[in-house]
Amino acid sequence: MKSCLIVDDSKVVRMVARKILEGLSFDIDEAEDGQKAIEACQRHMPDAVLLDWNMPVMNGLQFLQELRAMQDVHQPIVVFCTTENDMDHIKRAMEAGANEYIMKPFDSDIIESKFVQVGLI
Amino acid sequence: MNVNDFEYIAQLLYQRSGLVITQEKAYLLESRLNPVARKWDLDSVDALIGVLRTKKDEQLTVDVTEAMTTNESFFFRDSRPFDQFKDIVLPHLLEARAARKQIRIWSAACSSGQEPYTLAMILKEEAARLAGWRIEIVATDLSKEILDKAKQGLYSQFEVQRGLPITLLMKYFSQEGEKWRVSEEIRQMVSYKPFNLLTSPAALGHFDVVFCRNVLIYFDQATKGQVLARIAQIMPADGFLYLGGAETVLGVSDSFEVVPGQRGVYRLTGDGAAMNRKAG
Ligand SMILES: C[S@@+](CC[C@H](N)C(=O)[O-])C[C@H]1O[C@@H](n2cnc3c(N)ncnc32)[C@H](O)[C@@H]1O
Repeated sequence: MKSCLIVDDSKVVRMVARKILEGLSFDIDEAEDGQKAIEACQRHMPDAVLLDWNMPVMNGLQFLQELRAMQDVHQPIVVFCTTENDMDHIKRAMEAGANEYIMKPFDSDIIESKFVQVGLI
Repeated sequence: MNVNDFEYIAQLLYQRSGLVITQEKAYLLESRLNPVARKWDLDSVDALIGVLRTKKDEQLTVDVTEAMTTNESFFFRDSRPFDQFKDIVLPHLLEARAARKQIRIWSAACSSGQEPYTLAMILKEEAARLAGWRIEIVATDLSKEILDKAKQGLYSQFEVQRGLPITLLMKYFSQEGEKWRVSEEIRQMVSYKPFNLLTSPAALGHFDVVFCRNVLIYFDQATKGQVLARIAQIMPADGFLYLGGAETVLGVSDSFEVVPGQRGVYRLTGDGAAMNRKAG
């Protein structure tokens, strides 16, 4: 079973995403900001990260930069999932090493098709 | 809606578009024709059918027929067909057409344009291999309204997220408010024309690859057979036909067979190919 870390400061979004991804047979872990997500990755590196952008303490982009700078780890596939839906944000995310990008609002079809595209399903 | 009216409209749709609508789906008539009734300042779908029966207005008939089409489509729908296009169909044609350097592709029920634009993006990505080639994508649909949407190439955030990789969105789309528009370089690779699959495609010319996906499902066996027979006539012996995930030639047409190991992709059978060579 593949694992996915859901990083979002909204409990509701985490819950919805968890439901969808559990339906796609992922083992789920959650974090409410970038800092907690880094800690979660240090404990156990997931196969995938579903990543919000705007969060307190450490935002999604900062998290991604720190994650990609980690040496000697198995780098997970990172799919952004954010209300930031302009080209500029998309480009910055992809340049920082994101694998895919979901613009909120999302539904199960979008999550599934994006996860298929990056080879997680 | 009374039985008479239902029979009348079912018959009309069958003649105009091949659509088979059964009694259990009568509710679809109500929900989809309501907006047409409103547009024509009529009180109800019953009133609309009344006018249709007495006045036989051509524009109203067209509006009704178009309103009953199902236009759902996605970029890279089912993904595999497009991998097969890139990995099997295109390499074959690059070799087989090396002398003429020309390939013609037909998206035969293109709806709002996702299918032809998907093909255009794939070809654009392969541009290095295609230098000096003339590649045409002809995209047709019965519905003029949906063709207008296709030509505009303007899609909602939902539409650009199902199936379209973000890297291609970045490369080939620009943002317009809440929507996303396909770039000019991709749009100009596709030429759109209205075309009804119940008629002969001869005037469109010959096509090396035909995408006829997710439209045969609305037809009965006889219509499916006739459509496939006409497509067979405008394909070279080594052409390729794509059908949708729920469609097959089995029991419908002897002209096509599945390409071994490639579900969803069809080629002419010996008979079909021989027929075409004779016809020249
Ligand atoms: C579900 S869409 C398929 C779109 C695309 N090929 C795909 O697979 O995503 C079906 C399309 O077939 C068109 N259609 C229905 N009857 C037709 C006919 N008789 N001739 C041409 N197009 C027709 C409809 O207008 C509609 O846009």
